[in-house]
Amino acid sequence: MRMPLFRGVKRWGKLISALLLSSLFLAACGENSPSVLNPAGPVADRERILFWFILIVATIVFVAVEGMLIYSIFRFRERPNSPMPRQIHGNNTIEVIWTVAPSIFLFAVLIGTIYTMINLAQPKTPADLEVRVVGHQWWWEFDYVSQGNFVTADSLEVPTGAVVQLDLVSNNVIHSFWIPQLTGKTDVIPGHNNHMWFTADRTGNFFGACAEYCGDQHAHMRFDVIAVDQNTFMTWVHTQQASAVTPAAGSLAEQGAKLFGSAAAGCSSCHGIVGNNLTSYADPKGAALIGPNLTHFGSRRLIAGGVLTWDPASCQIVNNQLVNKNNCGLYQWLQNPQAIKPGSDMVINQLTDAQITQLIAYLESLQ
Amino acid sequence: MATRTIGEGVVVERQRRLSETYVGRWITTTDHKLIGIMYMVTAFFFFLVGGLEALLIRTQLAVPDGKVLDPATYDQIFTMHGTTMIFLFVMPMLTGLGNYVVPLMIGARDMAFPRLNAFGYWIVLFGGLFLTSSFLFGQAPNAGWFSYAPLTELTSACGNAVKCTPGLNMDFWVLGILLLGISSIAASVNFVVTILKLRAPGMSINRMPLFTWMTLVTSFLLLFAIPSLTAAAGLLLLDRHLGTHFYQQAFGGDPLLWQHLFWSFGHPEVYILILPAFGIISEVLPVFSRKPIFGYTFVAWSGVAIGFLSFTVWAHHMFAVGLPTVAQAFFATSTTLIAIPTAVKIFNWVATVYGGKLSLKAPMLFALGFIAMFLIGGLNGVALAVVPFDYQATDTYFVVSHLHYVLFGGTAFGVFSALYYWFPKMTGKLLSNRLGVWQFWLMLIGVNLTFFPMHILGLLGMPRRYYTYSGNLGWNELNLMATVGAFIIAAAILVFIWNVIVSLRSGEQSGSDPWDAFTLEWDTTSPPQPYNFATVPIVRSRRPFYDKKNPDIADWKTATH
Repeated sequence: MRMPLFRGVKRWGKLISALLLSSLFLAACGENSPSVLNPAGPVADRERILFWFILIVATIVFVAVEGMLIYSIFRFRERPNSPMPRQIHGNNTIEVIWTVAPSIFLFAVLIGTIYTMINLAQPKTPADLEVRVVGHQWWWEFDYVSQGNFVTADSLEVPTGAVVQLDLVSNNVIHSFWIPQLTGKTDVIPGHNNHMWFTADRTGNFFGACAEYCGDQHAHMRFDVIAVDQNTFMTWVHTQQASAVTPAAGSLAEQGAKLFGSAAAGCSSCHGIVGNNLTSYADPKGAALIGPNLTHFGSRRLIAGGVLTWDPASCQIVNNQLVNKNNCGLYQWLQNPQAIKPGSDMVINQLTDAQITQLIAYLESLQ
Repeated sequence: MATRTIGEGVVVERQRRLSETYVGRWITTTDHKLIGIMYMVTAFFFFLVGGLEALLIRTQLAVPDGKVLDPATYDQIFTMHGTTMIFLFVMPMLTGLGNYVVPLMIGARDMAFPRLNAFGYWIVLFGGLFLTSSFLFGQAPNAGWFSYAPLTELTSACGNAVKCTPGLNMDFWVLGILLLGISSIAASVNFVVTILKLRAPGMSINRMPLFTWMTLVTSFLLLFAIPSLTAAAGLLLLDRHLGTHFYQQAFGGDPLLWQHLFWSFGHPEVYILILPAFGIISEVLPVFSRKPIFGYTFVAWSGVAIGFLSFTVWAHHMFAVGLPTVAQAFFATSTTLIAIPTAVKIFNWVATVYGGKLSLKAPMLFALGFIAMFLIGGLNGVALAVVPFDYQATDTYFVVSHLHYVLFGGTAFGVFSALYYWFPKMTGKLLSNRLGVWQFWLMLIGVNLTFFPMHILGLLGMPRRYYTYSGNLGWNELNLMATVGAFIIAAAILVFIWNVIVSLRSGEQSGSDPWDAFTLEWDTTSPPQPYNFATVPIVRSRRPFYDKKNPDIADWKTATH
């Protein structure tokens, strides 16, 4: 019985280490993932450096202790002629050494921790952009307070290099705001106006998500951070500040615009569109609307906290009909939102395919 | 019918008492050994329930866009998995082991308060059944084992268009937790008094077996930690049903009050779940290494140090809530400090093994596995104390990995070590070592396959408590790996169940001392008589039974203590 066990140790040891190594490899090159090890800004970068630092310290301790343990197991296994071991009860010198040694390691880690913490607490320069982030169940609203209070949902556009200051607000339950490649989490707590900041060093589209359990659709409370250069950002801001374009008379989109405001679909009882049912972003009517503001929906990419994506290419309309409705996320959403995101507030009267197509045409026009 | 002698030669028939039937004997017993076994069987039943819930979770997450569970069901399952494993498996299992072993170890006849002991057990059973019965109503608790307010409030109380918890779900949780708290307090009081007052002559505090030490520390932790949970849950109940607003900011309450109250229970709780396992392997390692524990004093007092420090670290669960930097630095420091006594323990265990004569039987394998796995859980725990990294790692699968290396790689390995070690004492039969070795390797592989990839999932940005994820984020392979691992663990548990059945039926007779052990529980029959010891044992060192078997080289003759 002994030998197979002995061989088993080696065999499984190899297998497990191969497994661990391969998974580390996967992590290092998880290109599609919002990996905290692939940061795009200074905050996440500092957090990553700290991770590699701890990983090195932990690996040293791990190898030393597991090595000693495994060595002891092999070296001191009971053999037929093993003598009775010496009855050693302890050694105070050794105890002091191995109390002090880990203390030194841990102290080094602690210094690094507190140093980085203080460094990250405040940005070095004043904020370039201030955004009020509102956590809803289950989607994010972004209110650009320094740009005339226009609002978007599920997509936070920022210029690269800018210090972005976020004010985190919730009037329902606790959420947590996280952009793995840009910054760690800060909780969004009713009654506590937390703040956080980040800077994106390069352009790109970065995954963001809610990280505090907030109910049934916690998994679908995603958002995108879209980092663009300063000029693109200013153009985008001007577009967003403007009212929605009025669709051309007689177009499919115009029928959609009418449907949006009609009782048949019921959209406008929860959603606002500046230029349709709202006169401006500051319109007091807007405060009573519980759904995302859709004024420039056409320029966004996520539907309802990322449960589906909005991609005009897969929602092509030819002869007033969707070419491939099953491929079109927005069609599925408008057809039966409760099947897609059970428990969410989104309800809609049952619409015909023709009506949904009109709405899609209208929403697409809201660039 | 039983008979009774009422005079010389006069025998009359009488009704059999309830306590004389097989079932009645268990229901009416106040014997710590029977109560201990009932605790353990109950805990193991709930372990299977919690395990089934874990398999459902892993099945749902095996592939992206899983359709096995709808979100509302998934929330109930993951909430009950945590709640069941912590409150209905680990805590009763460790209480059961303590119940069985501690009085024997210290040479006592029973626990100090036998009826309180029975009361505690029955509360656990009915509290557990009450909590689990919520599934029958389709309204199992669904806000996580941490039950953060205000998500746990009634909808009407937390604003417009807000989805909280209108159903009975949280009421089941709150009432269940309050019940189980009563049981924990009863058991803790009993352990404290038993250990402080009923030790055999000569067993001074610094001669107590380390499992007894750790049970004592754990009992004190429970006595101070449970009230905080009770207060938190009680206030939540008031909020839900009597219109108070403790956790509602709109009315002057504060959601963070819940978190402070909950975690000032919750972090000592983590040590409540692991300290007895420290005790278990501090018993097993010496016996199977044929050496005394290395640095007894340091192992014992590092446990006490951990106990004290565990009350100063709660806010490390709350680094993302926006505490002031100074407060965060304080909790980072206290959390770093608690790693020192933990490290000291690990070094002492390795030193105990070093230079020994290791008999690699199942209890020893699990004890060694405990050290290997708990070390990983300790190291990634230190990583979480590094506040800026914690901002990234908290609420991701990195934390899931950490806590399972501690509670499964640690506590569960410790529990199985204990079960293989003390099963012969409880039943008079040995568990099959061959099956034990199988179970050990399956579990070791399963644990690493399930929980190691979760470190990486966390680093790759996967948050916890998501009922599904999309396939384009690079998380697919690692999730599948974890699911395969979970089923390997399930296979290991089936091997254990098979082992218990086979061994109870036709296992090898163990005799009273199958491991040539050191402590008093082996100095009596297996299973022991209701009175435990025919004569009161006399203790002259930390290894009284070793002394008795080796009078020439007894510890009290050769060692300095």
